[in-house]
Amino acid sequence: MLQLNDVTKKFGKHTAVDQLTLSIPEGEIFGFLGANGAGKTTTFRMILNLLENTEGEIFWQGKKITYAQSNEIGYLPEERGLYPKLTVKDQLVYLAKLRGMAKADSVKALKDWLERFNITEYENKKVEELSKGNQQKIQFISAVLHNPRLLILDEPFSGLDPVNVEMLKKAVIDLKQAGTSIIFSSHRMEHVEELCRFLCIMKHGRPVVEGDLTEIKRSFRKKNITISADYDLTFLKETPGVVKYQETQQGCKLQIASSEDAPVVWKLLTEKGFVSKFEVEEPTLNDIFIEKAGEAYA
Amino acid sequence: MRKFWIVFSHTYLSRVKTKGYIISSAIFLLIICGIFYIPDIIERFTGDSEDPVVAVIDETENEQLYELLSSGAEDYQPVLFDGNEEEAKQAVENEEFEGLLVLSQSEQNLPQAVFYGMQLTNSTSDDMEAQLQQIKVAQAASQAGVDEATIQDIYTPVSFERQALDEEAKTEEELAGSYGLVYILVFALYMSVIIYGMMIATDITNEKSSRVMEILISSSSPVGQMFAKILAIGMMGLTQVALITAAVYVMVKIRGDELGGGFFDFIGIANASPVTLTFALIFFILGYFLYATICAGLGSVVSRMEDVQQLVSPVIFLVMGAFFLSIYGLSSPDSSIIVIASYIPFFTPMIMFLRIGMLGVPAWEIALSIAILVAAILLIAWFAAKVYRGGVLMYGKGGSFNQLKEAMKLSGNIKNKSK
Repeated sequence: MLQLNDVTKKFGKHTAVDQLTLSIPEGEIFGFLGANGAGKTTTFRMILNLLENTEGEIFWQGKKITYAQSNEIGYLPEERGLYPKLTVKDQLVYLAKLRGMAKADSVKALKDWLERFNITEYENKKVEELSKGNQQKIQFISAVLHNPRLLILDEPFSGLDPVNVEMLKKAVIDLKQAGTSIIFSSHRMEHVEELCRFLCIMKHGRPVVEGDLTEIKRSFRKKNITISADYDLTFLKETPGVVKYQETQQGCKLQIASSEDAPVVWKLLTEKGFVSKFEVEEPTLNDIFIEKAGEAYA
Repeated sequence: MRKFWIVFSHTYLSRVKTKGYIISSAIFLLIICGIFYIPDIIERFTGDSEDPVVAVIDETENEQLYELLSSGAEDYQPVLFDGNEEEAKQAVENEEFEGLLVLSQSEQNLPQAVFYGMQLTNSTSDDMEAQLQQIKVAQAASQAGVDEATIQDIYTPVSFERQALDEEAKTEEELAGSYGLVYILVFALYMSVIIYGMMIATDITNEKSSRVMEILISSSSPVGQMFAKILAIGMMGLTQVALITAAVYVMVKIRGDELGGGFFDFIGIANASPVTLTFALIFFILGYFLYATICAGLGSVVSRMEDVQQLVSPVIFLVMGAFFLSIYGLSSPDSSIIVIASYIPFFTPMIMFLRIGMLGVPAWEIALSIAILVAAILLIAWFAAKVYRGGVLMYGKGGSFNQLKEAMKLSGNIKNKSK
């Protein structure tokens, strides 16, 4: 388990992370979200020993985190980085060695991974000769090759086509089932909803939402309503309880302040005429994110 | 510590395997072999060709000057020309002769001459002038009634021996030997600091610009990686030095007997004492570490290749300054500028070695300068480590020295524990 206790990071007068307390459970995928500049990368860098936290403590498996534990950690940074001139094999073996893996083991493991991602033919190619998507797969392998117990994935699926996204997603789920604790950061809310049971949304260095995803959704009072009708629905904008109004091809989408407002809207509509569709839905993570992380991020 | 050696061997092997390294080593080896065959090559060019033939028109009585000239002619072959001056000049233009020498007698009854050649830069004419000068002196002297023996005495060089009273002073033979060695080391240091210093800086910047740095420093401590790199590239330089030394050794074994002593005096290694050679190695290593550490620190703050050159250039100027100062020092190793400079760490490796090589320097002076140098290296290493830790996380643009300050600030935020 990774435990952050009152972790604060200040750069001069600017506070990047403010008294962050988190516990990331073992064998789970933990969604770590936030708008740009919310303090995600700084938090990762503190976990990885790249930055010293100004206050607080970080524990991994009950021990204070240092370079001694770096062999148990894997990292896929948002800014991708590999040696362009080295071959896939040399590169991965070197990076795995730096994580304390023996050469023979790493060669065997990398063959398995290349096979899994259908890129065995690139083993002895230079990384710069690979397509962006394939470089991305190599980057992913470099983060997981040494069987880390804690894996930090920062935007792992960006720039990949849907087929490859599924392939990597499957790999992430398999790692989780093998017991790896994964911190997953992404701006793609549908990926987070699909993969993470626990999550945290950061804003200005503080968590604004934290916990179990279903709990978070339930406790979020606002609901969505999708309406299809063949008459003008703009009058709903003025209805009390309606927070957001968005026109669609068939009708409109509403966000209401709480589920009690749904019958009110229903009543108004049936007075007007025929409704072909009326559906009250749980809020999406996207809604929660926009609400909590601020309007500036859309 | 294990990871230190992983970074070390990776840097060393990936560098040694590059084409550039293999080619440059091969060129060095070829040059070394070439030097040992220089006497043969010179012989090949000069030995086969005959001495240049010079046409002579002698206007003196009985052609007596020609007689004197041809009896003592060396390195050229005077031939009496049968014809007038115009015909002779024509013959020179047709390259039948190297040149034309017209000899005559002055009013004082002394020899004089005019030389006609295709070019004025002609060593044959110098030889003839020198010989004619001797004839002139002999004639003038005999006209004045001085006998032959006296003239011989006049020409004998004065006996002048230099004896140093300082026990540590070099003998003349040693000095001649050191001169070549000092020059070689100073030049080698100059070249290697520029080449390897640049290599370290670009290596680090490369890892930053390809963004692989963040993965590297999350695996092991950045400062350990910095020193592993400095050591690896230094070791690569030493590998090249060892190759060259081995080549010299092999060539001496093969060619030593044929070439004889004169050749080694020329290179200056034969008379160099083992002490001087030891100091050469010490100052080479210390000088490398001093400049390599600076370059590593500087390389860490920039993230684009274009900016490396800009930031490293002051260091290059410093090395160039040291180099030119030591060229000056070769001719006056005891001047006060040289003495002072030998204590300034940036100059010590070249200048102090120059003093040791050229003069007798008291042990305490050497010890003091090395102590200052080592202290400076440690200080710079500490400073560079601080810059490096922050610098590797910085991705600004531009290669200004403000970056250094920023890197130091950022470094204050970074973990001190390293393991």
